Amino acid sequence: MTDTNAPKASDRTPAGVPVPDAPSTDTPLEMGGHSFSSRLILGTGKYADNETMLRALRASGTEMVTVAVRRVDLDRTTEEGILHHLDPEEFFLLANTAGCYTADEAIRYARLARAAGFNEWIKLEVIGDRRTLLPDVHATLEAAKVLVGEGFKVMAYTNDDLITALRLEDAGCVSVMPLASPIGSGLGLVNPYYIREIKDRLEVPVIVDAGVGTASDACSTMEQGVDGLLMNTAVAVADDPVAMATAMRLATRAGRLAWLAGRMPKREIAVPSSPERGMLG
Amino acid sequence: MKEIVVNGKTRTVADDATIAGLLEELELRPEMIVVERNREIVPRERYASVTLEEGDTLELVHFVGGG
Repeated sequence: MTDTNAPKASDRTPAGVPVPDAPSTDTPLEMGGHSFSSRLILGTGKYADNETMLRALRASGTEMVTVAVRRVDLDRTTEEGILHHLDPEEFFLLANTAGCYTADEAIRYARLARAAGFNEWIKLEVIGDRRTLLPDVHATLEAAKVLVGEGFKVMAYTNDDLITALRLEDAGCVSVMPLASPIGSGLGLVNPYYIREIKDRLEVPVIVDAGVGTASDACSTMEQGVDGLLMNTAVAVADDPVAMATAMRLATRAGRLAWLAGRMPKREIAVPSSPERGMLG
Repeated sequence: MKEIVVNGKTRTVADDATIAGLLEELELRPEMIVVERNREIVPRERYASVTLEEGDTLELVHFVGGG
């Protein structure tokens, strides 16, 4: 028989009352003279509509969003400029050089982006291969040197190669952004060792850009100790982008806190959690 | 009349046409657009004073969604 007057768990911890987070020792992400409290940067491409994009960006807690530079469609058959929907006061705009295959082309796009008049930041990407969209690291480095010399704050998309990452840092990039896996692949973090090594060896923030597919990828990538994540497709093409943006916000934070907390060592044999003493005779 | 190329398409403009005038004709807000003329970026404050020349190649660009 059930006692309907007995206290239920939901009476003791009323639903809707948030459990306070443990005091966090995390610091803001300092990059290029700016301070960001969110470690998640989102792209603005591929959303079904602008309203969904905006709701997803807000749900993600991001402060910085990427945009692309393209010709105005004079026939107006496709989308209009994103600034009709996105307030640069609400989100820090990070223009990219997506779609560029040479250093010269990327430099041209970066200059056009800066001339828009918002800031001197650029997400530099120079693609080397159409199938994998893997970066041309030589062209990326060449473009980075020129753009840094022109006063740009360069966040450089690169592969998970330590030597290239070190060279990009030497070139003066404000952030180096190795991939987790190819752009738009959603394969997650394929090489945690290389990402950890890059993070350990660089002074500038390491933001993992591309390849995150779902929240567990975001969390496990942040658990490597990197400074932040940049993603687009995983949120934009989710069945419910706003829910996925929320999941990514929580996962990025969870991974960060887990890394700061310091994980237990892995062991190949079991160790009991309950006392071995005091068992019944 | 002068013939110019705007975003890859040939277009005819008046002899005294300026960049500002072209943007107005295209119903584009200057503050939303960056203009490259013959591979050189034109500062916004010069849109009204730059007269288009025969054979000019213009690129009118803006920000769109991207990752």
